[in-house]
Amino acid sequence: MTEKKQERVGVYVCHCGTNIAGMVDVEELAKWSAEKLGHQGVVIARDYKFMCSSLGQELIEKDIRELGLTRVVVAACSPHLHEKTFRTAAQKAGLNPYLVELASIREQVSWVHTDRVVATEKAKAVVAGAVSRVIENEPLEEIKVPINPNTLIVGGGIAGIQAALEIANAGFHVYLVEREPSIGGHMAQFDKTFPTLDCAACILTPRMVEVGTHPNITLLTWSEVVNVSGYVGNFNVTIKKKARFINEELCTGCGVCEEKCPKKVIDEVFEAGIGYRKAVYIPFAQAVPKFPVIDKENCTYFIKGTCKACEKFCPTGAIDFKQEDQLINIEVGNIILATGYDLFDARRVSNYGYGRFPNVFTSLEFERLSNAAGPTNGNIVLRDGKTVPKSVGIIHCVGSRDRNFNNYCSVICCMQSLKFAHLVHERTGATVYNFYIDMRTASKAYDEFYQRVLEEGTLFVRGKVAEVTDVARDEHEKGKLIIQVEDTLIGKQRRIPVDMVILSVGLQPRHDAKEVGRLFGISCSTDGWFTEKHPKLDPVATMTEGIFIAGCAQGPKDIPSSVAQGAAAAARVLDKILQKEVALEPIKASVDQKKCSGCRICNGLCPFNAISYIADDNISYINPALCQGCGTCVAACPSGAISGTGFSDAQILAQIDGLLLRTLEVEQATA
Amino acid sequence: MNSDPFEPTIIGFTCNWCSYRAADLAGTARMKYAPNVRLIRLMCSGRLDPTFVLRALSNGADGVMITGCHPGECHYIEQNYKALRRYLLLKRVLQGLGIEPARVKLVWASAAEGAKFVAEINAFVEEIRKLGPLSWGKDEGGKLKDEEGNERSSFTTYSSPFEEVPA
Repeated sequence: MTEKKQERVGVYVCHCGTNIAGMVDVEELAKWSAEKLGHQGVVIARDYKFMCSSLGQELIEKDIRELGLTRVVVAACSPHLHEKTFRTAAQKAGLNPYLVELASIREQVSWVHTDRVVATEKAKAVVAGAVSRVIENEPLEEIKVPINPNTLIVGGGIAGIQAALEIANAGFHVYLVEREPSIGGHMAQFDKTFPTLDCAACILTPRMVEVGTHPNITLLTWSEVVNVSGYVGNFNVTIKKKARFINEELCTGCGVCEEKCPKKVIDEVFEAGIGYRKAVYIPFAQAVPKFPVIDKENCTYFIKGTCKACEKFCPTGAIDFKQEDQLINIEVGNIILATGYDLFDARRVSNYGYGRFPNVFTSLEFERLSNAAGPTNGNIVLRDGKTVPKSVGIIHCVGSRDRNFNNYCSVICCMQSLKFAHLVHERTGATVYNFYIDMRTASKAYDEFYQRVLEEGTLFVRGKVAEVTDVARDEHEKGKLIIQVEDTLIGKQRRIPVDMVILSVGLQPRHDAKEVGRLFGISCSTDGWFTEKHPKLDPVATMTEGIFIAGCAQGPKDIPSSVAQGAAAAARVLDKILQKEVALEPIKASVDQKKCSGCRICNGLCPFNAISYIADDNISYINPALCQGCGTCVAACPSGAISGTGFSDAQILAQIDGLLLRTLEVEQATA
Repeated sequence: MNSDPFEPTIIGFTCNWCSYRAADLAGTARMKYAPNVRLIRLMCSGRLDPTFVLRALSNGADGVMITGCHPGECHYIEQNYKALRRYLLLKRVLQGLGIEPARVKLVWASAAEGAKFVAEINAFVEEIRKLGPLSWGKDEGGKLKDEEGNERSSFTTYSSPFEEVPA
């Protein structure tokens, strides 16, 4: 391409302290770039300790001004980390930011290879590729689109509630979607919260009421998001509002329907399977909104066609058996996912006997058992409903920190177990054993709580429980559940008979987290939690612009952290809303009308319906507002009529040649 | 570079949303893999024009790895399926051209699968090592020559079917 105007390229090699310089000979790399890529237009090649520092950036800016650079290659980290930094620096010096290219010699070279010579050779190829590519780059302008100030929050647990209130209080509208009939999430099921032993309902319900009455919050419970399209600033969301069979306009939440309903069913959701509810029910006394739901599966009218007791007694005529699911379309600019967690299924650890022995409880069952508003009014009793246990064993890490189940630590179980130990001790005076692998009480006032429980006389046995059995070996084990454990502090096997066993089960990603992730275009980690943009510096943003995550959907965490994340996500959304418009990457496809033959091959390829066929001119047209920039049509066009900015054929082909060192001067290539 | 064992050169195409981030993750986690692969970032595996693969193979690559999001996880809804279709057709074309289809491989890797990405690269490097060098577009000395045997620069010799050939 000799007739092409010669570009003036600057190559900047970053040491990244020793992160790159430790494995790549950075000085040699810079020298080589100046020598071997000089014919391509490299006029300067420098290395510097930290290119991303202000001094490093100034170095580049100065060269752009003084040497008249027209292209810049920074050989440093992944473009996902510092592309923006260097583009901004170039812009400051008057160079179009899209004429800067990053060569990832840290993530793709120095961090993953072990031989300095080979790593340096590969780094040269990566730089050569970037130089060839950057020459083909074209100046581009960011596309600005307005941001819809409305926000969608999915999940009405404490994280979602916090986020909703923050945004609504700032004066912007929030749609809060909750799958269950009431907001409140797991926290509403708890009795006390560690380490302060605040009553969960006392601190949560005022916030729930605030959400329910806030003029800026549209609360959609018993609803699920079924479709999401669009992009940051302009999402189109379809929500399915499931039929409650209750006319919300007329219902006053008096609860007569529930009282009169003759059908009792086990409440698997709110009461964790240890209590009952009616077929028409308000999940709990403080539910927000206060409207009941008719459970179609169990309602006698829906099964047999007769009954309608609720309808007869409803004083406002709010029962509506003909109600149908409703689809609601909304437009929002940002979305926060606070979808929470599922509990680990304790049946999977069959040796602990959950499901076989009635007096083995899960942590959530115990929460309901100890809750003053629960099925036993807060009396801690065995499954028979009356016997008070004299001894209780609490097993930590059930399903967590276990290669057979979940590798990770569920974070809350140690503190939750300590809370249980305290409650059992306080209310029954029973002897309490805690079986733990390691005690993890690392947060403000957490370890003090541990000390307190220790002083109360709870017994701690360090070791992973092997088995819970009812096979007694002697008299005093008879009729008890025997916990078989290796006490690793004394190095002995022990058998400890107890009346009640509580399994502190771990947290798991929602069973449908993957599908939800797909729906919103975000990914899940190997464990199944939603992946954050950066594990330390950007924990509530995701790879998809405009979609944020908060609470346990991102990973196991306690209530204070969930609240903090909810507020953090809200702050990020407010930041976007207040900017009023968002800059989109100008990566778009367009059709060269002169080359287009009107074959329409591209038409069917676009999932965003951005390509339309204009019959009058026999050409295809790409709507830039709808184009998302994937480039599939560019690759498919048999006439070469479609070109894509940012990732053009010329750029990619040049990069291939560069990476294969085909762009060096011929003598060097053969050396 | 002629010393044994044969060190293949491989070009890897990655998707900006999944496999490129898997490569980043492999780096952040300091996982180690064979240095034979050089990566190119695309916005989507759907952007992969089969011509890119032919260009790489004809310009000195011994193998090409195409990576994208798992089926159903495409950032652009379904474009990785289009990549899959093109890949299957490309394999047949390669066979017709007398190139082992195994020199091109399609791998799905999500942004969380740094370990899988590393394992796939290492396995592919070994597979290509077994196949040996692909001397397509190279003569013995590695010099580029035209029909008359004169040395030429790569640009003029190896224009892709796509490129507008300069006058």
